[in-house]
Amino acid sequence: MIAATAQRKVVLAPPSKAGDAFFKFLTWGMAMMVFVLVALLGWELFQGSKISLQQFGWRFLIHDWDPGNGNFGALPFIFGTFVSSLLGLMIALPLSLGTAIYLTELAPRWLRRPALSLIEMLAAIPSVILGLWGIYVLVPWLRDHPYPLLQKALAWLPVFRGHIYGQSFLSAAVIIAIMIVPIITSMAREVFRAVPDSQREAAFALGATRWEVTWLAVLKGSRRGMFGAAMLGLGRALGETMAVTMVIGNSTDISASLFAPGSTLASAIANQFSEAVDDTYRSALFELGLVLLLVTIVTNILAHLLVGAVSAPQDAFNA
Amino acid sequence: MKPFQNHWRKATSAVISAICFLCALMVILPLALILFHLIRLGASSVDWNFLTHLPKPVGETGGGMANAIVGSFVLVTLAVLIGVPVGLLGGIYLSEFGSPRLNWAVRLAADILNGTPSIVWGIVVYALVVVPMKGASAYAGGLALGLIMIPLVVRTTEGMLALVPNSYREAALALGIPKWKSVVHIVLKTAGKGIVTGVLLACARVAGETAPLLFTASGNQFWSHNLSEPIASLPRQIYTYAIAPYDDWKRQAWAGALVLILITVAFSAGVRVLTRGSNTAGAR
Amino acid sequence: MNMRRFLTNLAALAAALALAGAGRASAQLLINGAGATFPYPIYSKWFDEYSKVDPSVRFNYQSIGSGGGQKQILEGTIDFGASDGPMSDQTLAKAPGKILHVPTVAGADVVTYNLPGAPRLRLDGPSIADIFLGRITKWNDPRLTALNPGVTLPDEDILVVHRADGSGTTYIFVDYLSCVSQEWQKKVGRGAAVKWPAGLGAKGNEGVTSQVKQTPGAIGYVELVYAIQNQLPYANVKNAAGNFIEASVGSVSAALAAATIPDDFRFSMVNSPGHDAYPIAGATWLLVYQQQRDAVKGRKIVEFLKWAMQEGEHNAPQLDYAPLPPDLNKRVLAEISGIRY
Repeated sequence: MIAATAQRKVVLAPPSKAGDAFFKFLTWGMAMMVFVLVALLGWELFQGSKISLQQFGWRFLIHDWDPGNGNFGALPFIFGTFVSSLLGLMIALPLSLGTAIYLTELAPRWLRRPALSLIEMLAAIPSVILGLWGIYVLVPWLRDHPYPLLQKALAWLPVFRGHIYGQSFLSAAVIIAIMIVPIITSMAREVFRAVPDSQREAAFALGATRWEVTWLAVLKGSRRGMFGAAMLGLGRALGETMAVTMVIGNSTDISASLFAPGSTLASAIANQFSEAVDDTYRSALFELGLVLLLVTIVTNILAHLLVGAVSAPQDAFNA
Repeated sequence: MKPFQNHWRKATSAVISAICFLCALMVILPLALILFHLIRLGASSVDWNFLTHLPKPVGETGGGMANAIVGSFVLVTLAVLIGVPVGLLGGIYLSEFGSPRLNWAVRLAADILNGTPSIVWGIVVYALVVVPMKGASAYAGGLALGLIMIPLVVRTTEGMLALVPNSYREAALALGIPKWKSVVHIVLKTAGKGIVTGVLLACARVAGETAPLLFTASGNQFWSHNLSEPIASLPRQIYTYAIAPYDDWKRQAWAGALVLILITVAFSAGVRVLTRGSNTAGAR
Repeated sequence: MNMRRFLTNLAALAAALALAGAGRASAQLLINGAGATFPYPIYSKWFDEYSKVDPSVRFNYQSIGSGGGQKQILEGTIDFGASDGPMSDQTLAKAPGKILHVPTVAGADVVTYNLPGAPRLRLDGPSIADIFLGRITKWNDPRLTALNPGVTLPDEDILVVHRADGSGTTYIFVDYLSCVSQEWQKKVGRGAAVKWPAGLGAKGNEGVTSQVKQTPGAIGYVELVYAIQNQLPYANVKNAAGNFIEASVGSVSAALAAATIPDDFRFSMVNSPGHDAYPIAGATWLLVYQQQRDAVKGRKIVEFLKWAMQEGEHNAPQLDYAPLPPDLNKRVLAEISGIRY
């Protein structure tokens, strides 16, 4: 059989070259599409924002948003995006790390896979459903119970003063936290699992307690990975649209109070894009999109650099 | 070590373990609450009427989301037609032909695309398709969802193909089979289940997207007879009803949300069924 | 599962769907419109009724706000728009053709609120302006208690709710506030989207109603029918003649009767001098091109508009909108006859 194949090899070789070349070219083209898409996004957003870029320049980033008078600036939305995302990250990070530690180090083996599946289910919930639950369950509860207590206890802090609307920066941060916990937990878990068991065993052998083992063998060496996980979570937080739009209150004001309503870059576009009548208005909204894209790109690159070495291809499931 | 210090260390360890357990509980709590509310507030409204009727005029009770459910299926189908071929072939290139540096760059670009807020896709496709076509359409919505799918499918395909042992490829080459044939008939077949898994997960993801559809597919109170017309979709219908004051619409929003979750769960269940008993796909 | 079979099945399904879609394309004409949320309840009723009158056509209306309606009719991405703020001269100049304003009904912007016991409050222009300016921040502010002697107002914060999207309802409301409050006119001014000094933004009349409904202590402005359909209380507002008027078909009609309506049908009717006129009232328009792009669609649109003027108007009072008075109705019919297709 093999001898017969070897004799026929000369006859088989030439046609396959064309087939192979075509196939390679075709698949190469499709792989290049990802670059094309990134370029397309950047190009379209840039084209769309031209008018606004020309008219406002750099000051767009520090001006207020006033459509009635034709003055556009991204400041309230940049403020809202960062406040809600960073606050959401601050809430989510300790919870995610604790959960990841529990899943990798502490939980009984039979519990680990099911628990992880549950957390992944949370990641799969569409944003609009979280928003629906947010408006009718979470926000009324927050408004009636924790918020007044916070205001009573911490009224000396400016961030807890002011009218309690319910829909607010703080509520948006809570919803964001719920949405990014799965991705941070998942990534942190990958990072922790990458630490070889030998490290843990060595610590145990030296008489360390459970927690000391975790701290010395796993956490101390995973700082880079944990930071990357946080970056990944932040990236997801920045781009959240629907759930945030539904609970943040949609005010274009900047406020020191966390109980005040606000807006993010994404929610501003979602609310106002359908109706930007004049060219400058529409262009300003495109520019908001451009700012959002750039911020997301930077965060994702940082995350990639920090975590890229650790991640396995399976992490695409958790995207 | 003094006994006190030992007790202190043990106590610290126990307390921190308890805290971590609490963290895990707190993380699962929202999931449990959401499912609880979805079922409590939505289950009674998901009846035959809801699944087969069109929405009623404003202020009247009754009606359903039949057109939105079908619309979502149409949009996801369009997205698959656009996203899967490109993503599949792109993933094949990365796995079978790529070089480490190029692959790193493509992976980075794919991650950037995956991380792009979906509202940005919405306004880009609006400028690209809706404005020239002079109107919202299922095509535009399907394109937006398809573009979102491409980087997802590229990554999962590459991942699944990487799990196919190299010995398969080498054996094929040794037999003189052209590379493209070996990829298509042998490697792809072996990784098939895993790749389909990736596609189903991507479908589940785009089925729940609302933001890209706001300006592209828009909405429709009736059946769409034509792909170049606006089309209703489940997430958008849920959104419209969720922010409205009518109690009947709120009830329907919960019902629609329950249907959407069930669809997403159905996709995931499909994944589990496919990966059961297979050792190359989905093994963690 | 076989990959190839999966793909084949998928392709077959897709083809079937596409064919099914194309096949039914000839069955019904779809005409797309979008815009104001103010008249959505009555337009929704009209389109539903009209689909029985003429089953060959379906009108798909997306309630996204007057700003959206104006934008999309300018871009030509819809067949007709709807707005309760008239389009400005600058905006009209941008259009590729002449856009006609077809007034359909008039309605009231009511000030609605969420207070225990749902009392019927009395408010006047300056106090409304100061609430929305953030100057009056508590319900039991002396100015409010003075206007409402029989009502116990709670010692709670007033939570202001306004529109987050470009809105004709807003246009009517701030038009009124600019008339009655100098500070408002200077600080905030008119328009469909303004820089609100205080409060939370909601999307559409639907969103504001929903927000007020579930936030104790909230106050907002919505079209009358939204307050009624959701059992929300609304205030009697003091008009220019000095009377506290309840918003109703009658009081809106009185405001409409006192308004001067130019040939292009763009007008304001806020702060009407009429004795029984409700002061925060406005008309709403359908926006159509005088020269229709598509002959088939154009004819259907004209037929619908005529039906709306002759039959549809009868539905208006049931939904608490004021129909057009007979002489205005005639003028509008004449305008509609001028549409070419």
